[in-house]
Amino acid sequence: MSATAATSGPIGLRIKPTGKRGSTNTPNPDLSHNIILYVEGITKSFDGFKALNDLSLYIETGELRCIIGPNGAGKTTMMDVITGKTRPDTGSVWFGQNIDLLGLTEPEIAQAGIGRKFQKPTVFGEHTVFENLELAMASDKSVWKVLFAKLTAAQRDRIHEVLGIIGLSEHLNAAAGALSHGQKQWLEIGMLMMQDPLVLLVDEPVAGMTPQETERTAELLISLEGKHSVVVVEHDMNFVRSIARKVTVLHEGHVLAEGSMDEVQNNPQVKTVYLGE
Amino acid sequence: MDKSASGDKRVTEGGSITPVEAVVTPFRKESILLDAMRRDRGGQSLLGLLLLAAILVPLLNLVVPESSILHLSTYSVTLFGKYLCYALLAISVDLVWGYCGILSLGHTAFFSLGGYAIGMYLMRQIGTRGVYGDPILPDFMVFLNWKELPWFWHGMNLFPVAALMVVLVPGLLALVFGWLAFRSRVTGVYLSIMTQALTFALMLAFFRNEMGFGGNNGLTDFKELLGYDLQKPGMRVVLFLMTALFLALGYLGCRYIVASRFGRVVQAIRDAEGRARFIGYKVESYKLWIWVFSAMLAGIAGALYVPQIGIINPGEFAPINSIEVVIWVAVGGRGTLYGAVVGAVLVNYAKTYLTGALPEVWLYALGALFVFATLFLPQGVVGLMKRRGAKS
Repeated sequence: MSATAATSGPIGLRIKPTGKRGSTNTPNPDLSHNIILYVEGITKSFDGFKALNDLSLYIETGELRCIIGPNGAGKTTMMDVITGKTRPDTGSVWFGQNIDLLGLTEPEIAQAGIGRKFQKPTVFGEHTVFENLELAMASDKSVWKVLFAKLTAAQRDRIHEVLGIIGLSEHLNAAAGALSHGQKQWLEIGMLMMQDPLVLLVDEPVAGMTPQETERTAELLISLEGKHSVVVVEHDMNFVRSIARKVTVLHEGHVLAEGSMDEVQNNPQVKTVYLGE
Repeated sequence: MDKSASGDKRVTEGGSITPVEAVVTPFRKESILLDAMRRDRGGQSLLGLLLLAAILVPLLNLVVPESSILHLSTYSVTLFGKYLCYALLAISVDLVWGYCGILSLGHTAFFSLGGYAIGMYLMRQIGTRGVYGDPILPDFMVFLNWKELPWFWHGMNLFPVAALMVVLVPGLLALVFGWLAFRSRVTGVYLSIMTQALTFALMLAFFRNEMGFGGNNGLTDFKELLGYDLQKPGMRVVLFLMTALFLALGYLGCRYIVASRFGRVVQAIRDAEGRARFIGYKVESYKLWIWVFSAMLAGIAGALYVPQIGIINPGEFAPINSIEVVIWVAVGGRGTLYGAVVGAVLVNYAKTYLTGALPEVWLYALGALFVFATLFLPQGVVGLMKRRGAKS
């Protein structure tokens, strides 16, 4: 817990509920200690290779955290563990005080309020931009409800609002598969916003983007801070510098250093393994 | 904040929506199905043609005298009815394959089970008119020296029970099979092979006399349905009309499903299953639901098929039959629903013609057709027609 004591980021619970939170049996996380995500002592090995080695990490409510690290440091595996895609060998992951994420399936974790953007943009290519956002929207996602679901005016407005934020208002009826790479990345961020999650896990959002697109993405992510807790995994150091309040450096599946960008960059260990200075 | 705006592109500050606004929406009253059918040209044509057939077939068969050149033989009425049964089966395959990416190579299992369910009812209706004249036991049971009716034949002399079994049995089998397969996340070619194994296993089981379904002779020699003689031309027309009605209803049901948000979720699962999971959809439940629905539809198609053809035997379970259905859908154009109907009717018309004129050629022709459709008509015949339409 010592890692989190120093900072006091902007604390905001969800200000703007846009839809009913999911189905039935997923409770809301208890955020009374201002920590939204507890990752404790996670170890995961693949055929003897330890992708994660006793990894512990705490994300505060409403903070924007950047996670950096060389290839193979375990960044993506960590996200896989949090979102239920991979089961760790040991350790625990808690969402707030009360939800044990290791006991839930991927859709249950998503319904509980953890959204994820993948490294490779994965949107539903055959669907229109509008439909992609509609599908992602926070709502009751059980079969019978969805079979008879109709958009309410409030939901329609919310989709148009997000379309405006991600700059795709003019493309709402375009097939998502026909968008440019950068637009797909934004659409995916838009889908995350529609999910209205408490925690957004964003994997390499600016890979393959032009500098202008990168800049817009930075603005987009910063605007989410406070309303949502955002965890960004990124290689682009300039990008990380432009958005991060607090940076965690992973190395060989373990937290190597944590602090502001300047502190981290001046850390001698980090210099040797990552920044190569 | 402009609260009076009522267009469809209202953007509100901060997303705060007042209840008053939520009521004023031009979209609320629109029915999903009506809206979808308005945009579905192929579906409109299909329903139009079905209506036309429903008027013309009885007229030409029953009213126009046999001497007239316009007279439609009862044989043709039954043949058309058979095509429409196949069309309904093809729609059920297209629903899971074209929209959910589940390539079923075993859908005739559900079709045949539906057929057997109605076949059992028809057997029980024979009564003392059978060869052995036993009032309770069907002929094959007397022949096998059985003394009493097996438990699963009880109640099948009641039409409502049989009709329920037509959807219940295929539905239950699909539920169990799908639950096991989808929960274990079996997908793609492995799932296809499992469906193939399913229908093959059922075929072997139904071939056995001990199963109590008439062994390799199956169920036949039907006399009447709900008290009406099955051999009368008027009854053939009624069965044709029922088939046309159920095809239309099945089409509308499937069209509603694919046009609803459920349909968009299912297509999202087809294109990016993992992504659908991470935005909170229980992929397994969705697949299971559409799989069971499709199996029930196939069961209904089988139940309409058997009274018209007059026989159901284990040969219907043959894996090759299921593969043929997939070819119909591919040739017609998958992921369109009406394309499945076009494919089923076209291929079966060709089959009727070729197996009559050049019987040894048929299987080669079928194979060649599939290769040709895969290579040159990736969107099937209806894709070709669409392209033509776009050009002119």
